[in-house]
Amino acid sequence: MVDLVDRLKKYRLVPLIIPFSLWLVLLLGCNMDKKEGSEPTVQSPDQSPGTTSLEINEKGLIVAPGVELVSAHCTICHSAQLVTQNRLSRSQWKATIRWMQETQNLWELGEAESVIIDYLVENYPIVEKGRRAPLAPVEWYDFKD
Amino acid sequence: MKRRTFLNRSLLSGIGIQLGLPIVYAHHMPEAYVPLGLASNNPDPFKEFGLHPEMLVLNDKPWNIEAQAHLLDDTITPNERMFIRNNGLVPKKEDLENWTLQLDGESVVTPIEFTLEELKQKFNQHTYQILLECGGNGRSEFDPPAKGNQWTLGAVHCANWTGIRLKDLLEEVGYKEDAVYIGYHAKDLHLSQDPSKEAISRGIPLAKALQPETLLAFKMNGEDIPLVHGAPLRLIAGGYPASASGKWVNRLSIRNKIHDGAKMGGMSYRMPKFPVEPGTKVKEEDMEIITQMPVKSLITYPKTGARLRDRKQLDIRGHAWAGEGKVTKVEYSIDFGASWKNCRLDEPVNRMAWQHFKASINFPQKGYYEVWAKATDEQGITQPLLVPGWNPKGYLNNACHRIAVMVENG
Repeated sequence: MVDLVDRLKKYRLVPLIIPFSLWLVLLLGCNMDKKEGSEPTVQSPDQSPGTTSLEINEKGLIVAPGVELVSAHCTICHSAQLVTQNRLSRSQWKATIRWMQETQNLWELGEAESVIIDYLVENYPIVEKGRRAPLAPVEWYDFKD
Repeated sequence: MKRRTFLNRSLLSGIGIQLGLPIVYAHHMPEAYVPLGLASNNPDPFKEFGLHPEMLVLNDKPWNIEAQAHLLDDTITPNERMFIRNNGLVPKKEDLENWTLQLDGESVVTPIEFTLEELKQKFNQHTYQILLECGGNGRSEFDPPAKGNQWTLGAVHCANWTGIRLKDLLEEVGYKEDAVYIGYHAKDLHLSQDPSKEAISRGIPLAKALQPETLLAFKMNGEDIPLVHGAPLRLIAGGYPASASGKWVNRLSIRNKIHDGAKMGGMSYRMPKFPVEPGTKVKEEDMEIITQMPVKSLITYPKTGARLRDRKQLDIRGHAWAGEGKVTKVEYSIDFGASWKNCRLDEPVNRMAWQHFKASINFPQKGYYEVWAKATDEQGITQPLLVPGWNPKGYLNNACHRIAVMVENG
């Protein structure tokens, strides 16, 4: 368990940006089982009612509609992090896919393409930061010389 | 068997979510992240590369790993804290056997090949401390986000490099009058594993190649360069984006035009020729190759988040650098830039090494403070306090470094 916590801290991965609607529901402490339009999130047995979870698959991708296609097509040459570190618009994702197809040996995605782009735009949305973000949150510690 | 992991609400609430303000910053989400791919074939990078446990893994395929500011406190960065950046797949140890360096290109007098031993015997060896910083260091701050590794501030190191001068090699081999660029070719594999594609093949102008500090290095911090850092031969071109310092170099092309290898063209390592509005779709012909990195600094001690109890004094220290030139001044502010005080600044040990600074800060009273550090270079150019000019690939964010300090019981 300690090992897992250590690993959690080491792997500072891409921003796990969560859709605003999900934040809102989390804050209100609502039970997530009946969230409209998405798969029910899974609660581990020892969690008290009102807590919620975000499910991540073994590749590090948010489990949501389309994740299987993303896992299948987008993690053959490179890891999932190369995908999810980016926050792009729909047209930017499309342009990225075209670039990979033209120069990086990516294959035709066919019907999977729109599903993949939908998944990425929905689960890894662009969040505004402004011209400079505050430092918060800070991990405070007692300073010793 | 699928391994699933869960984030529970207590982890998320620890991040200080505010209703209506779902703004989350990449470097503030360590608790929310899950180890990727460890269930698969990837080795543990901490063991594989001998990394300090607090290094941050951005990507495991290709490997991209950065330091944190407080890990970079040493005057010379030790191996375990040196950032790792890859465009492709690290060669295998077996690929390093019988290494040769070829010289070719339009402007080579006669193509020639050297073994490693020949290079070491025929040419004088030199050692320099050279700072290398990734062109995308700081990318994570850009808004709208730029595509690529979301480095925060740890894609920089200053180590000892030992090797031969590229100048000596080029003058021995001979180059024609129309030579203008030196391009490197290397043994890392393209991500698609297509052997006909190069992962990266960048270059430097001839004048840069002829500088005394531009090396073909075979030692890093006194030992043979480790595999992941470019064994057995690495180009060292200080002051330029670190992608110019090619790893696993086995061929150099003397060009009669700007080198056009992988990651030299398109948008790679290029900035808009003129400032653009954030989010602009810039045409390729309006982009130009990055040469010198801009002035920058890091507070490496103390780590951000220090809570001072019953004291209002704090020593800080760090490093500053400025492309191919020197830093002439480093200042700090504890009032968000309203006023600045000078730090004591050392000279660099050689050109293009970082310079160390320190200061003793006295806080006026209890409260929350940020210590901001700002370096100024020989041209009088200083670091911006906001994220500088947006560019499509998120390069060259040299906004000042900030650490948080809480003074209590003052």
